[in-house]
Amino acid sequence: MYGNYDTGTAGGSDGPQDQDAQQRFDQLIAADQRIEPRDWMPDAYRKTLIRQIAQHAHSEIIGMQPEGNWITRAPSLRRKAILIAKVQDEAGHGLYLYCAAETLGIDREELLDLLHAGKQKYSSIFNYPTLNWADVGAIGWLVDGAAIMNQVPLCRCSYGPYARAMVRICKEESFHQRQGFEILHTLARGTPDQKAMAQDAVNRYWWPSLMMFGPPDEESSHSAQSSAWGIKRFSNDELRQRFVDMTVAQAEVLGLTVPDEDLRWNAERGHYDFGAVDWDEFARVIRGDGPCNAERLHRRRQAHDDGAWVREAAQAYADKHADKHASQQQVRAS
Amino acid sequence: MNDDSKRGWPLWEVFVRARRGLAHQHVGSLHAPDGAMAVRNARDVYTRRGEGVSIWVVPSAAIVANNPDEKDSFFDPAADKVYRHPTFYDVPEGAKHL
Repeated sequence: MYGNYDTGTAGGSDGPQDQDAQQRFDQLIAADQRIEPRDWMPDAYRKTLIRQIAQHAHSEIIGMQPEGNWITRAPSLRRKAILIAKVQDEAGHGLYLYCAAETLGIDREELLDLLHAGKQKYSSIFNYPTLNWADVGAIGWLVDGAAIMNQVPLCRCSYGPYARAMVRICKEESFHQRQGFEILHTLARGTPDQKAMAQDAVNRYWWPSLMMFGPPDEESSHSAQSSAWGIKRFSNDELRQRFVDMTVAQAEVLGLTVPDEDLRWNAERGHYDFGAVDWDEFARVIRGDGPCNAERLHRRRQAHDDGAWVREAAQAYADKHADKHASQQQVRAS
Repeated sequence: MNDDSKRGWPLWEVFVRARRGLAHQHVGSLHAPDGAMAVRNARDVYTRRGEGVSIWVVPSAAIVANNPDEKDSFFDPAADKVYRHPTFYDVPEGAKHL
């Protein structure tokens, strides 16, 4: 609830009168308090959050595509109903996040335009194809698992609306991860072909999942400032390590392996050592040369255009209704 | 509301009553062309897992709030009245049910 929100006065600028406001902002951050929409905040903080929340929101709605492709081909009615619910959740997560971004003074329409124009990014993982049913399991287990690892610390992010959106999202994500694990667990206990299918999906999704934590700490351009602002709580490499430690143990329960010959338990560190991530591939996919970049954006624009008549009809109905309502009130008043 | 046509649909704040006996609580916001659609969309966005038994939607533009810059002076009058709290008072030993 952000009554009479005015971007004109709430926005940060660098005038001398803002020094008090800057000091107050710094004190709130230092005390680990939350920043709320109508508080003064530095322009760079606002811009960083808009960029990050928008990218996150875009990832949620683009992420509907790889799994949505399998709704009509799910192997049973149970799996189909679950997958529909999961894809619907992703749409909901996108909406929570667009609303959080809007409290920073940007419109959802504007963010969608930027996505459609290729000017804002989404997570590179969704540029990989879902070739078979086991991929739906691998996405739930690995991709949503990595997302949870990234998102749980964001529940304590310094920006209130983002943190609150993340609390809702994290609650719902754990269903996503479990349903993926269940799919793989069932396949891994099926026929040799089914088990091979599950292993193949894990082989293809393992490395791209590790890339989801972002570049190594020494190359991460936004990390230091985001940590200072309380937006980021753990480094990319820390979260990646936690994910590997947690996931390797789960792979054992599945009876599947992860495709890394360098994977070893390091008793001294108390963590798994793992092989080098192919950061050239990561850069390539982010740049737009992944297997499905063009397809994903094309499909998104198409869905937006195809839905235009629904938005127009709803607006026309609302306008007609508003006119009727207004004339009734006039009659009553006279 | 005029520039809403440029911006798309107006924004609504959503309040959900989790169960009977509790007050409606703010859960977030959404865009919708009118109140009826806002309620339906709020059901799909905010109560997919039985989080509520009642939904209110309020146009965001209708909410009036205090100015956060005046926060300190605005809430000042409450700061120096510790005697409004029961812990302010010493209760003599032996006084019961007080």
